[in-house]
Amino acid sequence: MNQGLEVRGVTVAYGDAAPAVTGASLGVACGEVVALTGPSGCGKSTLLRAISGLEPLVAGSIEWGGHDLAAVPPHKRGFGLMFQDGQLFAHMSVAKNVAYGLNAQQFSKGERQRRVAELLELVGLPDYGGRAVTELSGGERQRIALARSLAPRPRLLLLDEPLSALDRELRERLSGELATLLRATGTTAILVTHDSQEAETVADRVLEMRAGRLVS
Amino acid sequence: MDEEVERSDRLVNAPRWLGRIGWGAAVALPLGFLLLFFLWPVVSLLSVGLGLSSVGGSAGAGGEAGRGSLGLETFRTVLADARTWRVLGQTLAQAICGTALSLLLGLPAAFVLYRLRFRGRGVLRGLATVPFVLPTVVVGVAFTALLGPGAPLGWLGLDQSFLIIVLALAFFNVTVVARTVGGFWAQLDGRPEQAARMLGASPARAFATITLPRLTPALASSAALVFLFCATSFGVVLVLGGRRFSNIETEIYRLTVQYLDLGSAAVLSIMQFVIVAAVLVVSGRLRRRLEHANEMRFDAGQGVRVTRAHLPAILVFTCTSLLLHALPIVALVIRSLRDGDGRFTLVNYAHLFAPPATARLNGSVIDATVLSIGIALVATAIAMLLGVLVALVASRRPRSRSLRRGIDAFDAFVMLPLGVSAVTVGFGLLLTMHRPLGLGFDLRTLGVLLPIAQALVALPLVVRTLLPVLRGLDPRQRDAAAMLGASPLRVLATIDLRVLARPLGLALGFAFATSLGEFGASAFLVRPESQTLPVMVAQLISRQGAENYGMALAAAVLLGLLTASVMLVAERWRGEVASEI
Repeated sequence: MNQGLEVRGVTVAYGDAAPAVTGASLGVACGEVVALTGPSGCGKSTLLRAISGLEPLVAGSIEWGGHDLAAVPPHKRGFGLMFQDGQLFAHMSVAKNVAYGLNAQQFSKGERQRRVAELLELVGLPDYGGRAVTELSGGERQRIALARSLAPRPRLLLLDEPLSALDRELRERLSGELATLLRATGTTAILVTHDSQEAETVADRVLEMRAGRLVS
Repeated sequence: MDEEVERSDRLVNAPRWLGRIGWGAAVALPLGFLLLFFLWPVVSLLSVGLGLSSVGGSAGAGGEAGRGSLGLETFRTVLADARTWRVLGQTLAQAICGTALSLLLGLPAAFVLYRLRFRGRGVLRGLATVPFVLPTVVVGVAFTALLGPGAPLGWLGLDQSFLIIVLALAFFNVTVVARTVGGFWAQLDGRPEQAARMLGASPARAFATITLPRLTPALASSAALVFLFCATSFGVVLVLGGRRFSNIETEIYRLTVQYLDLGSAAVLSIMQFVIVAAVLVVSGRLRRRLEHANEMRFDAGQGVRVTRAHLPAILVFTCTSLLLHALPIVALVIRSLRDGDGRFTLVNYAHLFAPPATARLNGSVIDATVLSIGIALVATAIAMLLGVLVALVASRRPRSRSLRRGIDAFDAFVMLPLGVSAVTVGFGLLLTMHRPLGLGFDLRTLGVLLPIAQALVALPLVVRTLLPVLRGLDPRQRDAAAMLGASPLRVLATIDLRVLARPLGLALGFAFATSLGEFGASAFLVRPESQTLPVMVAQLISRQGAENYGMALAAAVLLGLLTASVMLVAERWRGEVASEI
């Protein structure tokens, strides 16, 4: 495959401990949404961080469109990563958070504002731009975190348990919205979750991980 | 898509070496400063004192066997002297009692200031930083103004007593305990205590069995810090101890200045360093555990409403504030407004501008004040620049274990000036800086040594104020920024430096106030024609005559007012942050 993501035999280890991920291989085509499930501690979040470039590989390779990413640092990969707890910047307003990824690209001020408004509309919080991050509820925080990750149009969006911190009712509603949103924007994505129902709802294809290895 | 990859591939490798150079400079600048102006002078002084090298000779060249035994001989003589052990005993006794009293009074203060919710709490918290930064000579003079001979409470007979020293040490350090323990306490989740109450525990039992154990890491780390401050206190013991009481620090001063006995002074310096290093190692361990346990919470509690059950704590806090803190300061201010016969007058303050002929001062107190402020500003600039660099470096947690160890060692090295006698640093600078690095210019006459020495003293406080905030930052915040396309430099500017801005005001206040009030090292480095304010106060207080004493009081009020107002402005400028001091 020459398009999309290609992960080959990736092994990741922390210190001297046994590897958290062993020999993982997977491919994601452009526009495809793949879910990675498994019990907590099985290494699925570590694999996601390795793809993002935040964890160094012990072995294996990660390619995008046929190009090896080994020498490309995280901020140059053009990937987005959404954390379980959002990791919004508490010292910035909602709008500044969403605009953060746009500043690295060559956008004019007007374009940036338009893009922020567009994204806030998309996640259903159109008037929230001026608010402080600390005023938001848990669900609102995750919506803003999603808007922030999507704003720079990442060629691959990595979602690390994006809904796990929310209560069940909200999680079910948001997983539906997330599925629609990813399709509507044509985003290529990998979703890490321990909730198999959420995986079925959002993803085209579900991969399962156990004890650091991809099964199925 | 392919084009994008190629574009990014080309951009990748350029800034990596740039980052290495940047971090290299951030390590090299503070390290070079400390090696040149701290380690070299101190080591030279010690080796001269122990007979390993002569004055002006190169340090560390003491390889010859004969000279080595000379050093051991000095050790033997000093350790055989009963006076050494008496001084050591007094230092430890003062420090232990000072620490105990500070903890005893600091815990209720921490509770009232950081757990209770009432009007004016913010103002009180701000005021609580002031006693810690008041110059030691000011507090020494204030305590003699209250308890000395002929003072309002002179009949208590506390002048030149063990108790007055312990009280003065507690004056500074109660607020250290209140702030460090309080900052931790305010962040604690209150629900375990509520669970204990629902299981039938009385408030007292819930406190003793749940709250106190949870506070232990904060209490222990704070106790270590306070012990350190008490054991190395110079101005307080010099002014209040009289002939009967001393500590290692004043003894080093006495030996070098009065007897020129550098050998014994060097041995005492090493003894002091051993004590301090032991305490630093212990407190470092405790602090790391504390930082681990102390996670920032988004919804930190607002505190509880005042009820009758809180009365004992409020009472202790009120008594501490009024009797220990306010009373000596009030006595100082009132006595500064009186002449030798007890009449109210402003003549003492007039003398600050135009000293009486009998005072034999070089210039007026106001001249010294202007000079002090200038020197302290330079010292603050140096300490802030180096402090920010050190904090940025020390907050990194790289993957490589050896790099992490290196960073820990760097952090510990920067803290060393806290533990080495300021007197030793001052004298060492005087000894080595006539030919720095063998270059032919005499730094001693350029007047740059004072700000450098003050910056050395202020640097650890700046680092300990900035570092916890940076370390409290979730490393995934930087990951999140990088994943949004921010370069390492942009991550530094938009995440690290923004977080650093919150405690910056407080760090600035600490740096300026401690520089302005620095006494131990300055006592060596001032020249007769240009004195700093604290040195002048100490000089005036040691002289005879009511006019000199009156001027000393007025000058102490001026110095105290300056440091207190700087600290209060700095307090207003900061956000809610938990400092380690």
